[in-house]
Amino acid sequence: MLMNLFKFKGGVKPPSNKLQSNHLPIAQAPMPSRLVVPLHQSIGGTPRPIVQTGDHVLKGQMIGEADGWISAAVHAPTSGTVLEVAMHVRPHPSGLDSLCVVIEPDGKDEWIDRTPIDHRAVPPADVFHHLQQCGIVGLGGAGFPAHGKLTPSKGVPMDELIINGAECEPFITCDDLLMRERAEEVVRGIAVFRDLLQPKKVLIGIEDNKPEAVAAMRAAVDAQKEPFSVVAVPTLYPAGGAKQLIRVLTGKEVPGSMRSTADMGVQVFNVGTAYSAWRAIAHGEPLVSRILTITGNVQTPRNYEVLIGTPMDELLALAQPNPDTDGILMGGPMMGFMVPDPQVPVVKTTNCLIAHNDKLFPPKAPEMPCIRCGACARACPHELQPFEMYWFSRAKNFGKTQEYNIFDCIECGCCSYVCPSRIPLVQYFRFAKSEIWAREREKNASDQAKARFEFKQLREEREKAEKAEKLAKAAAAQAAKKAAEAAAAALTQADDTSGIPEATPEPSSATPAVDAEKSAKKATIEAAMARAKAQREAIQPKNTDNLTLEQQRAAAEIESRRVAAHLIEADPATASSPTSEKSE
Amino acid sequence: MDILLAIAIMALGAVILGALLGFASIKFKVEGDPLVEKIEAILPQTQCGQCGFPGCKPYAEAIVNGEEINKCPPGGAEGVQRLADLLGREVKPLDAEEKPKQIAIIDENTCIGCTLCIQACPVDAIVGAAKQMHTIVAQQCTGCELCLPPCPVECIHMAVIPETIDNWKWKYPVIEIKAAA
Repeated sequence: MLMNLFKFKGGVKPPSNKLQSNHLPIAQAPMPSRLVVPLHQSIGGTPRPIVQTGDHVLKGQMIGEADGWISAAVHAPTSGTVLEVAMHVRPHPSGLDSLCVVIEPDGKDEWIDRTPIDHRAVPPADVFHHLQQCGIVGLGGAGFPAHGKLTPSKGVPMDELIINGAECEPFITCDDLLMRERAEEVVRGIAVFRDLLQPKKVLIGIEDNKPEAVAAMRAAVDAQKEPFSVVAVPTLYPAGGAKQLIRVLTGKEVPGSMRSTADMGVQVFNVGTAYSAWRAIAHGEPLVSRILTITGNVQTPRNYEVLIGTPMDELLALAQPNPDTDGILMGGPMMGFMVPDPQVPVVKTTNCLIAHNDKLFPPKAPEMPCIRCGACARACPHELQPFEMYWFSRAKNFGKTQEYNIFDCIECGCCSYVCPSRIPLVQYFRFAKSEIWAREREKNASDQAKARFEFKQLREEREKAEKAEKLAKAAAAQAAKKAAEAAAAALTQADDTSGIPEATPEPSSATPAVDAEKSAKKATIEAAMARAKAQREAIQPKNTDNLTLEQQRAAAEIESRRVAAHLIEADPATASSPTSEKSE
Repeated sequence: MDILLAIAIMALGAVILGALLGFASIKFKVEGDPLVEKIEAILPQTQCGQCGFPGCKPYAEAIVNGEEINKCPPGGAEGVQRLADLLGREVKPLDAEEKPKQIAIIDENTCIGCTLCIQACPVDAIVGAAKQMHTIVAQQCTGCELCLPPCPVECIHMAVIPETIDNWKWKYPVIEIKAAA
């Protein structure tokens, strides 16, 4: 079978270092002393814990419930007792804590009742729900909930379903071993994805440095008589990046602004995702374990099937690390990071643990100034200009970095790898990206605050107006009542005096509305004046009681002087007093 | 004669252009002051009044009328810098000490339900009713501290927003300086 392959621009060829760990079959890791299962293991909402301290859980029992559509459930990896639901360090570059469920295994490894489903017999929505409930997420690295990617884009026919077995990052061999040993189940999982997405073609891309995996997958595809093509793609980092693999296999270039490749009629899944989806559908097994590579500075590098939540230091001990090991690198050397604590647990997206020492990964020599050689731009698989983005990130000119499409950067590390000045370019880009996100969050918060402030002002105005209206209405009613009384009185008077009763009611009935309004206004004014007067009186000085005669006279004199100087109006009370008479 | 013609032509030109300008000034009149809006977009909208004006918009208007640009503590030194860039003014150090972002927290055991803080909150971030416990909606709180003074039992305190995985940021790469060998 001959197929025209395409090329992506850039890329690098770091030493692959895969031979150390791919010659031994996958081993089962022993049961750890305790399991720390972080609740937030995938992109999207954080699952809510549904177990409490002291609860007994069975293997595969749900412990965290999916929160929203883009979120996946989390399960107990084995049977045992919940020790606590508390904050623990998570494998994340920040080294910050997040909510975890700690389980002490009881050693029985007892499963819950597993319910397989027939994906052909039930509607797709039920399959999506089942996958979400089983916690199936992308195992390639990002951890995007699988069911979210299985919904075909509206209006765009699905052309190609791509299965990513490229595994381009050095040291990692977990997908390689999975394909060699469990190709049949991987292919069955791919068939499920094919049934759900209905693509025209299914392409399985595997880098040509894994001939055994290619052969195993071809054999499995042939055995199941599926029309999938297994394609060996040239080994070039980062051929396993979703957009790069799409480019190599289909020639399609996904625009950076496009959020989902489904809009281009392509969807990419990792081989591990296909395998775990098949386990969930055919056996009802939720995602509680995964295959990961333990390699680097160890005596026996190997792949292990590991329960999610296993502490990394216990795993590393299986491979007998050399005594000079000074840390654990999670992921590969290009995109991985040093875990903040050797006891952090394995999560769904942990594909590799590398024992770190200075001989294997010599410390970087100090950063030198950028010499504008352009090597980074030649290496960038996304055809970006890392040197421009670097200058602007460094100068914290984030608007400019966005003009240079910093959000298209996949942080593959090719630019840092080739930089002759050893500039940690990716670190600058990560810094710029997270600053831009933080600003976005702040901007949203301030917009919201402004809207709420303006609404509060509007509401206060409205309340004031409503209150005034209510008062006016009450006053009007009062005035109308008074007018009616007066009219009644006049009527009785008129009745008493002469015999023309229609004369008086006529003018009052002609302008009742105007009268009522006027009197209402007058009444409110009067009420306000009365209130003001009452207030004034309330704050009258209280030291004028019990004065001696002399004091009274002195006060009166002062008052009279004030009146004479026209400082105040003559008070009727003081005016009538004998002192004021004297002054006049 | 020529000189009169020249003057007449110039005068005619002036009249025509004047009429055009007058028409344009009525037809394309800009509603509101766009500068005030630009300044307001930079201000953090906490509505805290720490600048001495009753809200962010009044301060934005005051800046247009010549007020100093360094009176907004929640905006921080960066806010001053951005205002200076927008207005072409000199950057000045902030007129107050810069604080980390905070939110108010009501001690719900002490709260007597007086509703005074609810009335003081400029963004309606406090929920509660008379003689019922009040609480602050953390997502809406701008940290303006306007609810602190009215509280008769001093049950409100400010707390710095902790760093979580959701708001964690990658740090600026630090270049280690090593002594030359």
